[in-house]
Amino acid sequence: MADRRIKVLIAKPGLDGHDRGAKVLARGLRDEGFEVVYTGLRQTPEMIASAALQEDVDVVGLSILSGAHMTLVPRVCRALRDEGLGDVLVTVGGIIPDDDVPALREAGVDRVFGPGTTIGEVAEYLRTNVRPRETA
Amino acid sequence: MTDEGAGGAGGDRGLPAGSPNDGGPEPVDGDGRTRTPAARGVRLAEGVRSGDRRMLARLLTEIEDRTSVAEAALRLLYPVSGNAHLVGITGAPGAGKSTLVAALARAVRTTGRPAAVLAIDPSSPITGGALLGDRIRMQEHAGDRNVFIRSMASRGHAGGLAAAAVDAAAALDAAGFPVVFLETVGAGQSEVEVASIADTTVVVEAPEMGDEVQAIKAGLLEVADIVVVTKGDRPGARRTAAQLRAMLTVGTTDEADALRRAEAHGRRRPKRPEVMLVTAPTGDGIPELLAALDRRHEERDAAALQPARVARAAAQLDAVMAERLRARLRDGPHRAAVTDVLRSMAAHEIDPYAAADRVMKLLEESVAG
Ligand code: B12
Ligand SMILES: Nc1nc2c(ncn2[C@@H]2O[C@H](COP(=O)(O)OP(=O)(O)OP(=O)(O)O)[C@@H](O)[C@H]2O)c(=O)[nH]1
Ligand SMILES: [Mg+2]
Repeated sequence: MADRRIKVLIAKPGLDGHDRGAKVLARGLRDEGFEVVYTGLRQTPEMIASAALQEDVDVVGLSILSGAHMTLVPRVCRALRDEGLGDVLVTVGGIIPDDDVPALREAGVDRVFGPGTTIGEVAEYLRTNVRPRETA
Repeated sequence: MTDEGAGGAGGDRGLPAGSPNDGGPEPVDGDGRTRTPAARGVRLAEGVRSGDRRMLARLLTEIEDRTSVAEAALRLLYPVSGNAHLVGITGAPGAGKSTLVAALARAVRTTGRPAAVLAIDPSSPITGGALLGDRIRMQEHAGDRNVFIRSMASRGHAGGLAAAAVDAAAALDAAGFPVVFLETVGAGQSEVEVASIADTTVVVEAPEMGDEVQAIKAGLLEVADIVVVTKGDRPGARRTAAQLRAMLTVGTTDEADALRRAEAHGRRRPKRPEVMLVTAPTGDGIPELLAALDRRHEERDAAALQPARVARAAAQLDAVMAERLRARLRDGPHRAAVTDVLRSMAAHEIDPYAAADRVMKLLEESVAG
């Protein structure tokens, strides 16, 4: 089998217009050898889950700086499960207070990354934690 | 896909007898079951035919990876495909291809038909990574399960990109999508190749590219069945369309002569593309464009479309043959002999042509024996 590239969906849920971090991350991961799908701003949880399904990604990365993560993230996780994508790795980044991390993990998030995160850290984490895709 | 209980009937339900070549067992799946690539391919093919979108997405991944799972699935799906209209959309970066595809998909949906999109973006030749951004312009369709959008990185395939794209289109076709839009960047040989394997190739031109139109003329416009000038709301759009029309007509006043020359050189007949002006965000010109596309598809048995289909078949066969040959030389019984040939060549003891002669001889002997 040809070596399988890790495919990552970077999405910005909700009305948050801070897209700098998402773009930095998308470009950085590309330069690390990942295939990165960027869906742009203002995505609903259902749009994100549908894109993740069609693109058959290994990772969904949510970037949220608006403070709405406690409502949005659990909804995205639920939408992913509803599509049968419970095995996709979910990471979140942006402005996320430490106190909120346990609840997000409980909701289904694998890892939260805050400001100052280096691309190298994210790449390393994804490479070691992506779950093998079940084929059929 | 862990819906079946462990220890269930496994992947063998309804397999046709004598299913695709067996690649040997390979451990798969979190459920600890072992399935051969062939059996996995059959399951994917069945899923695709039954309308399972997740199976379709998985199959597209296998196709991109050129695996034996994909091969097994395509052996079953190819015979039930061939109905969809594969529309290539190409043009310079930023010309408005994705916006146009989104508008076309919207128009297709209003006629009650589902639509599929394959959007190809380049992979970095250095890191192999890719940033796939075409979806941004198509997100209005997210959530509509009758619009299936898939981004594909061009990867390093030597001539294989076209094959992967055609296979992917065949999978979408077999899944019941009557039209597949294939967006590529109109730069680089393999990308132009991809456009040229479509049933219909649309070349997108943005206004005010000025003299660049001239530069593009030689390459891209030659593969166009329809030329679309986008961004009709921009100043100069009409002028660009008029210029293109004039240019493309000039090329055909000596049509008989051009034909004779093309034939003498064994080339295909030059096309005479229609030039259309659209503003994708408002939908201006989109119904007309879709009508033109549909018209072409209705004529698909006409002689006009045959060369495109034969060219596509040739590209697919080339790619599969190349993949097989490579696998055979690398892993087959001639591996040691091939390594020797390569060493001699590297030392400049024999030239590449003599090397090829030797390799051909090895292969012929093994076929004869
Ligand atoms: C630049 C900025 C803006 C720019 C945004 C430009 C743009 N297009 O992105 C502008 C000026 C437009 C703006 C506007 C607003 N902003 Co502002 N903005 C900032 C600021 C100063 C920096 C954000 C930034 O770009 N950082 C640089 C990037 C590279 O870092 P990053 O996004 O954090 O991403 C890194 C990591 O978090 C991580 N990461 C991020 N996403 C992801 C995703 C994954 C999957 C992973 C693995 C990692 C990861 O990796 C990245 C690289 O290290 C922050 C304050 C701050 N210091 O963060 C406020 C801040 C985010 N803004 C804030 C606010 C309130 C606003 C406004 C509502 C109004 C205002 N008060 O200005 C508007 C709303 C705009 C909108 N439509 O949503 C607040 C948010 C408060 C909150 N969350 O509770 C902040 C925190 C400032 C503050 N302390 O009050 N803002
Ligand atoms: N004014 C105007 N802008 C348009 C129109 N169509 C597209 N654009 C803009 O042109 C830019 C490029 O559009 P895309 O559809 O992404 O172009 P593309 O050819 O797919 O780009 P690549 O995939 O990056 O090569 C975007 O900023 C669009 O908003 C149009 O009809 N009018
Ligand atoms: Mg595009």
